[in-house]
Amino acid sequence: MKSVRMVTLLVAICLISFLLVKNSPIDPIQAYIGADMLKVGPEQREKIAEYWGLDEPVIVQFFNWGSAVLAGDLGTSMIYRQPVIEVIGERFFNSLALMLSAWLLSGVVGFVMGVVAAMKKGTWIDRIIKWYCFTLASTPTFWMGLLVLMVFAVWLGWFPIGMGVPAGVLAEDVTLMDRIQHLILPVLTLSILGVANVALHTRQKLIDVMASDYVLFARARGEKGFVLFWRHGLRNVALPAITLQFAAFSELFGGAVLAEQVFSYPGLGQATVEAGLRGDVPLLLGLVIFSTIFVFVGNLLADLSYRVLDPRTREVRK
Amino acid sequence: MIKKFPLNRKQRTLVKIIISIIFLVTVILGGVLLDEDKIVTNLSERNSAPSLEHLFGTDWLGRDMFTRTVMGLSLSIGVGLIGAIGSASIALLLGMAAATMGKMADRIISWVIDLFLSVPHLVTLILIAFTLGGGFKGIVIGLTLTHWPSLARVIRAEVMQIRSAEFVQVSQKMGKSRWWIAVHHILPHIVPQLLIGFMLLFPHVILHEAAVTFLGLGLSPHEPAIGIILSESMKYLSSGMWWLAFFPGLCLLIVVRTFDQIGENLRVLMDPTRNHD
Amino acid sequence: MSILEVENLSVSFKSYTDGFKEINHKVISSLSVALEAGEILAVVGASGSGKSLLAHAILGILPSNASISGSIKYKDEELTAARLATLRGKELALVPQSVNFLDPLMRVGSQVRTAANGGDAVSAQRKVFERYHLGKEVENMYPFQLSGGMARRTLLSTAMVSGAKVIIADEPTPGLDPVVIKEALSNFREFADNGCAVMLITHDIESALQIADKIAVFYAGTTVEIASVKDFVGKGEAIRHPYTKALWRALPQNEFIPIPGSQPHPSSLPSGCLFAPRCEMATPECEQAQPEMRELRDGMVRCIHAT
Repeated sequence: MKSVRMVTLLVAICLISFLLVKNSPIDPIQAYIGADMLKVGPEQREKIAEYWGLDEPVIVQFFNWGSAVLAGDLGTSMIYRQPVIEVIGERFFNSLALMLSAWLLSGVVGFVMGVVAAMKKGTWIDRIIKWYCFTLASTPTFWMGLLVLMVFAVWLGWFPIGMGVPAGVLAEDVTLMDRIQHLILPVLTLSILGVANVALHTRQKLIDVMASDYVLFARARGEKGFVLFWRHGLRNVALPAITLQFAAFSELFGGAVLAEQVFSYPGLGQATVEAGLRGDVPLLLGLVIFSTIFVFVGNLLADLSYRVLDPRTREVRK
Repeated sequence: MIKKFPLNRKQRTLVKIIISIIFLVTVILGGVLLDEDKIVTNLSERNSAPSLEHLFGTDWLGRDMFTRTVMGLSLSIGVGLIGAIGSASIALLLGMAAATMGKMADRIISWVIDLFLSVPHLVTLILIAFTLGGGFKGIVIGLTLTHWPSLARVIRAEVMQIRSAEFVQVSQKMGKSRWWIAVHHILPHIVPQLLIGFMLLFPHVILHEAAVTFLGLGLSPHEPAIGIILSESMKYLSSGMWWLAFFPGLCLLIVVRTFDQIGENLRVLMDPTRNHD
Repeated sequence: MSILEVENLSVSFKSYTDGFKEINHKVISSLSVALEAGEILAVVGASGSGKSLLAHAILGILPSNASISGSIKYKDEELTAARLATLRGKELALVPQSVNFLDPLMRVGSQVRTAANGGDAVSAQRKVFERYHLGKEVENMYPFQLSGGMARRTLLSTAMVSGAKVIIADEPTPGLDPVVIKEALSNFREFADNGCAVMLITHDIESALQIADKIAVFYAGTTVEIASVKDFVGKGEAIRHPYTKALWRALPQNEFIPIPGSQPHPSSLPSGCLFAPRCEMATPECEQAQPEMRELRDGMVRCIHAT
């Protein structure tokens, strides 16, 4: 049932995106040829149009494109002059490193913050954490990126300013350390902002748990403080927090787009912006599909984590 | 505690809301009324750090950053307002439709909501901006189309709840028309939710506008938008001109936070039972 | 000598009306009961009369917006917060109402083991489970998998395994079939016969009469009568308070006459006798002041007219 829904959604997204980009005022041929446009005559133009299938009705074009996509061919990126699938694959690896690190870091730190705030509810530390989270929720990601860049790269000079790898170094000479060094600031930016959601959610959830009947009973049995949290609090708030983190893949992707742009980090986000700015239709479509699948995978993992971790759904199936 | 202010919680919340609104109106008016002369190119005063004369410093063309920032905020609030009104309208329409027009409509609308939640917002915005060729129209339509789903869900749930309430059931039995019930019973009850939802939408809309503009797919570079200011500032970061990015972003943060606070305070005011924290 | 003595206990809650006005609700007022070793005391009252809060007050687990006054003594010594912290779960144990009081994500065996004090928790838990006819598979179950009777016995096991001297059982019978009720009650009796004390908080006067030694009748946040079970015979002539009489008469096997009216809400308590508005015997005098608890025929009553 769920998979059927996902398939219909995916197909609809493909169709809508396709129709949208086809109606764009940006001339795909000009986008492809770029600055050499003046040198191209009308005949050549037509040839290119024919080559790309641009002279056929839109719906036919969609089916041509759609069947190619099903066969694993997303077309060729106009700006990178490389198959879209390769561009995405290469950049996904970079983005994955960025998103996964930020996801883990913000998840763990946010969870701990939420727990501390809830256990110390009403105290100054709770107020500070709450204030911090609400403020972060209002903070533009790219501005936070700029701040981080100013402080750590420009002012302190600890990190390079942007680029996924050092400029002027051959690809095979780039070491893992180089990559990690370029990864730290974007990860830091995304993590600083990413904690807010998990922290606030965990805080609320733990407050509810601490007010629950079973915690009351545990207190009646003499449990208190850390033991109480460890035995009953943790297991009851961890699951919703994990689910929430998985379900936040969409925001994670959005954050990555902005962070990659600020730090000139060669990931999917930067490719999306480039594709949008320079009219690279095949790449843009490929990225829309890819980001959708990415979000779906997040939701699927959220569902799955519930099924595997929650005994109320796990034991029933047995 | 010493009773300095003889105000109860309700009044305190109201005062907070009023102060926030006054602040926002000042910003909007400031953007409209500020002297345009301050942002003409003035090469004798370029690249100066913040001072009493130029609170936020000046840029590489000698333009006063404070004036540019206020104008940018004013523009952001304007764009945010249009986007949020559009989004809230869609949410109201679809939320009501899902709750009142039968199972099929409900299913279709929930599918559409899923559709919009399946693609990361920013990607959708880029796609729409690309289709409409960027600029004001693209960003406003994009913002309108991407921010309604969560509010639509809230409204749907709210309407469902009211519909099953006793007084509505009675009206139905008395033979009142659907329209009559919708206007007399349902609308008055969802107005508070709608208002709160609208205020809480606002910050997201503004942030997304600034983000897309920053990426170069939103408002045109000739507009005095915050996104433009910040993206321009990137070129000058390495030369140590921190004020170009710092103040405009901070002000955007404050404006967004203010909207968020108004929304939260409205919630406290209208729905006190949920505020036991 | 009483093992547990509650004297003049009052509990009130701070809350907000309309979300903004601060109001103090007094849910328990000047309540006094005493519990002897080897005895079962049933605190009987209608649902929603704040009986559970009595249990929570004794164990010191009231929510933070509650304030409490009066004195609670355990073994003739004041139960201060510090003393409670050392006794809770060791000498004083709670048997809560329902399965909701078990952690939904923890196997019940482990939960019972956490209640054990010292020694081999696993074997202690298994022994108690065996005694209460809980099969070996039960310890690996989660609370949602338990039947009503199993949940009840599991909750009871937590108290047994702790080796507590005083058990406070909150509504242990609702929703159970008669066989299970009987079994649960006999478990309490057995416990008391071993020299411990049980406070049974319930709205079910019938089951209470079956096993309790004394009945404390709870009305609108306070006790109106403390009587021996033996007083509940015939038409209830030996019963002291009009409310208790009415409760007795309302039983199906007696006259089956329901009491008209309903209990006052904690926010609008009458100024005089709390039961006066519903009492047949009420006179203008009753509305003057709340009557004190007084001794009468080997029991206690809070009524100026009782004889």
